[in-house]
Amino acid sequence: MPVSPVFNPQDALRFLPEIILTVMGTLLMVLDPLIHRRSSPAFGHISLVALLAALGGSVYANSIAGPAFGGMLKVDGFATFFRVLVIVVGILTVFPSYRFLARQEAETSEYHALLLFSIAGQCLMAASNDLIMVFIGLEISSIASYVLAGYLRDDKRSNESALKYFLLGSFATGFFLYGVALIYGITGSVNLTVARDAILHQAGDSTLFVGVAAALIFVGLAFKVSAAPFQIWAPDVYQGAPTPVAAFLSAGPKAAAFAVFLRIFMTAFEPIAGKWQILVWTAALASMCVGNFAALLQTNIKRMLAYSSIAHAGYVLVALTAQSETGIAAAMFYLAGYAFMNVGAFAAVTVLTGKGERYQSIDDFKGMGRQQPLAAAMFSIFLLSLIGVPLTGGFFGKFYIFKAALESKLVWLSVLGLLNSAVGAYYYLRILVVMYMHEPGEAVESSEALSGSLGIALLLPALGTLVLGIFPGWVLEFASKSAAIMK
Amino acid sequence: MNLLNTVLFLPLAGFLLALAIPRSASAGASRVWALISSLGTFAASLGLLAWFDRGTGGEQLAIDVPWIATPNIHFAISVNGVSLWLILLSTLLTPLCVLCSWNTIKDRTKEFYAFLLLLEFGLIGVFLAQDLFLFYVFWEVCLVPMYFLIGIWGHDRRIYAAVKFFLYTMAGSVLMLAAIIFIYNKTQTFSYPAILEMLSSGRLTFPASEQMLLFLAFFFAFAIKVPLFPLHTWLPDAHVEAPTAGSIMLASVMLKMGTYGILHFCLPLFPAAARACAPWISVLAIIGIIYGALVAMVQPNMKKLVAYSSVSHLGFVILGIFSFTQPGLDGAVYQMLNHGISTGALFLIVGLLYERRHSLEIGDYGGVATVAPWLSVAFLITTLASIGLPTLNNFVGEFLVLQGAAIANFQWAVWASVGVILSACYMLWMYQRVFYGEVSDGVRGHIPDLSAREWAAVIPLIAMMVWMGIGSQSFLPPVSQNTAVILKQTNVNVSYRVQVEGKPKTAEVASAR
Repeated sequence: MPVSPVFNPQDALRFLPEIILTVMGTLLMVLDPLIHRRSSPAFGHISLVALLAALGGSVYANSIAGPAFGGMLKVDGFATFFRVLVIVVGILTVFPSYRFLARQEAETSEYHALLLFSIAGQCLMAASNDLIMVFIGLEISSIASYVLAGYLRDDKRSNESALKYFLLGSFATGFFLYGVALIYGITGSVNLTVARDAILHQAGDSTLFVGVAAALIFVGLAFKVSAAPFQIWAPDVYQGAPTPVAAFLSAGPKAAAFAVFLRIFMTAFEPIAGKWQILVWTAALASMCVGNFAALLQTNIKRMLAYSSIAHAGYVLVALTAQSETGIAAAMFYLAGYAFMNVGAFAAVTVLTGKGERYQSIDDFKGMGRQQPLAAAMFSIFLLSLIGVPLTGGFFGKFYIFKAALESKLVWLSVLGLLNSAVGAYYYLRILVVMYMHEPGEAVESSEALSGSLGIALLLPALGTLVLGIFPGWVLEFASKSAAIMK
Repeated sequence: MNLLNTVLFLPLAGFLLALAIPRSASAGASRVWALISSLGTFAASLGLLAWFDRGTGGEQLAIDVPWIATPNIHFAISVNGVSLWLILLSTLLTPLCVLCSWNTIKDRTKEFYAFLLLLEFGLIGVFLAQDLFLFYVFWEVCLVPMYFLIGIWGHDRRIYAAVKFFLYTMAGSVLMLAAIIFIYNKTQTFSYPAILEMLSSGRLTFPASEQMLLFLAFFFAFAIKVPLFPLHTWLPDAHVEAPTAGSIMLASVMLKMGTYGILHFCLPLFPAAARACAPWISVLAIIGIIYGALVAMVQPNMKKLVAYSSVSHLGFVILGIFSFTQPGLDGAVYQMLNHGISTGALFLIVGLLYERRHSLEIGDYGGVATVAPWLSVAFLITTLASIGLPTLNNFVGEFLVLQGAAIANFQWAVWASVGVILSACYMLWMYQRVFYGEVSDGVRGHIPDLSAREWAAVIPLIAMMVWMGIGSQSFLPPVSQNTAVILKQTNVNVSYRVQVEGKPKTAEVASAR
């Protein structure tokens, strides 16, 4: 499909969220010298406005769904779902950032600009139907996140986090790009639809190379979603990154990477599904086991949540292993639920960490239930959702995933996955134990009263978690419809 | 509004309102609210008794509202002759738990009573649910408040006990979830009546190996909850460490979730597998009966003793169920209720002793009968009921279970009756050491007799022991009707008698297979 040289205004409208986010991000940087105060909340407000506008833009783009820029982008229900998801993650990240940045006395304009750029990249990933577009989106998103991870530049851990993330991240991107090059060599196109047809109609000798390309792309994306055995970076990065950034990293880029994962593997590589299934099967099981068992041993709460996010990546991979429409819908639903509960959990962590992020140990949360009853109650909701207790989004997510897996006759993977989730219950319960069953310690005693923005940062995701847990119907319906028309 | 909705959602409303009580309000406000709300639920459940039609068996007062479109999940609830009594048991015990926690819970009272009401909501839901998914939801909902009740308000090793309790139950229930999803993928419905209908019409069959795995997945979850030997190890910890109200709810009602699950789901859904496993399960039940009794005998701690006696008593229930006979099933259900009443009362009075003396060790007591005669009388009646003295409730249940077991296999009945004898040994021995003998120093002047509030908590239970002991016909007919239906679903070839209003009526069961 050749790129049309004529500019089509409809294309720009389908590209609206990315345009809004980029323009507003640039505006933030321009405004920086004009608003002199170091930790002004004004930038946060602008960032919120930008995100809300982008949210409106995504919804509008969905109403004129279709391909854009000669098929390089494809705005459909699937793209809209993930665009909305990453933008919501952005909104949920802005709220805890207010208090956090003020407490660390950090610059705010660049922070929010980077956040917007990163989200713009993720929106692009969600909508792209072309491997080069995926790559560009991935890079926009990643480079902004590398800087965000090292945002507290006086903090050694933050620097380590950024460096690790950058080095390993670019290495993984290299794998991805190599896979893209192979696909271009075999099929003569980087467009997913074209590539799919080419793979479908090609016989014999090139299937090996298609397999190699799929494996390389798998490695690149598995890194981005922190699936085992490519998960090594996650604990260090999440631990060192500023807590709201860790919240963002664990949900936003991951959701976008999964969007690409699903799109590429369920369209272009669908014809060779039998070949890559075992790959994903293994990665799913390995991620669940590594994540859950390693999390059992952690004493740092951010590290523990990092390992838990590896385990959750494993659950989503189970849905991908199912290779069905219900599997795709389940993965989409799960990622939505996961975004709420995980961002919420990190936001709850920010309540206590204090200046310089001194308090990160699980023991520092002792007695949180007494001093910060609201924050502790919301944290409990997120933890119960992460465990997968009914009436929370996390439960329905798991339920749909294992339902899809059992439909595809993945009995062993399902049973092992469910048992894994029982193992996972242990380390989440540990936080509940210290919050409610111990007397307050130093961190809790010295914690400040819950500020308004932080309160919203906890209430919004808690509301989202509960709504997804009690009325999952409409989100799932939208996901199912989008999954059905994705191919 | 349907009465079932009222009974189910009153505790939930109570829970939400209890959460809304401001922190500045005194501790008294939340407990008064909990008492009002739980008494209201009890009154509503008595209405259930009036509305329940004893003439017809099966599920009654059904509500079926679509909840989630895909997958097709319904909010479907109804009540039958077995769940009716279990619901009444839950609603009766909750206000009593509030009464017995009145002065003992001083810390975070609001949360305590809120969790107690949430627990009641979950328990009632488990007994009412007619949609497999909904059942699972309620099953897990019960877990959370009990976890907090043990973990926050328990004794010294409360955290260990709470986590152990949660993980044991969770491990079992995820397998049940897998089995539920499997059944859904096969039938495209979670509706339990619809699945039973498909089974009976032959549109749905589970091949033998598949049926066995599904049965085991369900049974494992239920057996942990019962608990069946050798899966019982969480129980003594949880019981000993829980606050009194937690022990009562756990022993009296939560354990019945397991036995009710076996009776209501395992048997009708997987009859062939259930019967294939029956000998093994019965042997485990008998081991549990004798083992529980022997371990109870050597316990120096009163709560632990009562906890192990629960293992023993629940063994009877399992034995009765897997005898696949009408008296066996009736006895099992009756024993579920009896155990709820008498063990609830035991934990209640042990809790009252603890409140006075701050010890659970039998060795710290002695001569309590001299200083607190009424308390001793109450405990004596409860002890005798627990042993199975005729005219008190447990006798009826144990008799029926042993009768059923004897029909199925005479040796089982013989071995099980050893447990009855042992129960007399450990209970009376404990009674003797605690209440008789020299009045020890710690007891003298420290143990006042029952107060009016405590009387209010004890009297209903004692009244029930006597009533259920001498007036079993007030309770058994709806049970028999329901168990007969279950037996029919399991294709057992027996004839059974249903007594409706004194007129004996013999009904035939289809002699299938």
